[in-house]
Amino acid sequence: MATVRISTPLRKLTNGQEEVKAEGATIGAVLADLEKNFPGIKERLCDESGQVRRFVNIFANEEDIRFLANLDTPVKDSDEISIVPAIAGGAG
Amino acid sequence: MTTRNETLCDSVADLVGRTPLVRMPALEREFGGRVELHAKLEFMNPGGSVKDRPGLQMLRDALADGRLRAGKRIIDATSGNTGVAYSLFGAALGYPVTLVMPANVSPARKAITEAYGTEIVYSSEMEGSDGAIRLVRQLVAEDPERWFYPDQYSNPSNPLAHYLSTGPELLEALGDKLTHFVAGIGTSGTIMGTARRLKEHRRAIHVCAIEPEDALHGLEGLKHMASSIVPAIYHPAELDEVMPMPTEEGWDVAERFHAEEGIFIGHSGGAAIAGALRLARRLPAGERACMVALIPDRGERYLPLLGLEKRDVW
Repeated sequence: MATVRISTPLRKLTNGQEEVKAEGATIGAVLADLEKNFPGIKERLCDESGQVRRFVNIFANEEDIRFLANLDTPVKDSDEISIVPAIAGGAG
Repeated sequence: MTTRNETLCDSVADLVGRTPLVRMPALEREFGGRVELHAKLEFMNPGGSVKDRPGLQMLRDALADGRLRAGKRIIDATSGNTGVAYSLFGAALGYPVTLVMPANVSPARKAITEAYGTEIVYSSEMEGSDGAIRLVRQLVAEDPERWFYPDQYSNPSNPLAHYLSTGPELLEALGDKLTHFVAGIGTSGTIMGTARRLKEHRRAIHVCAIEPEDALHGLEGLKHMASSIVPAIYHPAELDEVMPMPTEEGWDVAERFHAEEGIFIGHSGGAAIAGALRLARRLPAGERACMVALIPDRGERYLPLLGLEKRDVW
């Protein structure tokens, strides 16, 4: 299973966990697995059409999936996936 | 009202404030002449953001009562617009500045603040801005004499800056015409201080704060209060309304503003305009209004964030 790093604003959905494990051969499948274990998380990350929201960045091993194959980006068990809002810091 | 460009200034501090109001003719069209929409362009401040007002006020008030004096360094945790304000006024006033920021903050922010001679101390990239705040508190506790720590979230000079400048500027420009004021909440200094001045006016002015709808959001600089450490200066009872704003709506309106009004603003400004549009749409039939949305900064400041920058700060 891949490791998924969860940013602070989403941790209330993962019971405070900073890292969780998720199954799936693609990023899309990983997100579906996350939704199974942490209901409500997918709606935060994806819009009504299923695409990743514009202000959410998902990195597969530090590469932005927008520059890979998006939700079809393949995932291996050893991969580290990070879900991060596309903003820096808090209120400046 | 004279604009600052007509004035011969003695220092960069004199360039702060007296920012222009600009109408939004394209966005007004849907209201058929009933609603005047004005954008208060805070990126016209010398540091490029609304934060020049509280930044300068916090330093001046500290100089006046001796909290900031020769031999002290200014220190705070901020990777954003306040850091730029401290850096430029620290340079202009002759006080060195240290900013604590998470190690993975964008290269552009490092470069902007370092250009003014500011020292940057890096905190853990895994702990985001809270990690930076904790490190500042630790550094200040270890050597309290060395530092002046403004702490913008708790500093009354922050809202005071807006009570003394932003509020009066709006009343001077629009007077009794003004019916609504809309601005985002970050530290809450802008909305609290401006509201306090507008509430003293002889006619009622509706003050509406915009906050992100959800803890996970993309409205940089704004704070989702329910999931945040609430700033000591925030007193929502003094506001008429706090409006939750979805990130997409703020971004969409910012993009519309770029394309139709020809001004490239940041997303938090888009969220303020989106709030004004909502207020205008819910006016009773036939009612007229004159609204101001405050635009904290320009879109250029966020260019590296538009999907091109990896592993930004949480």
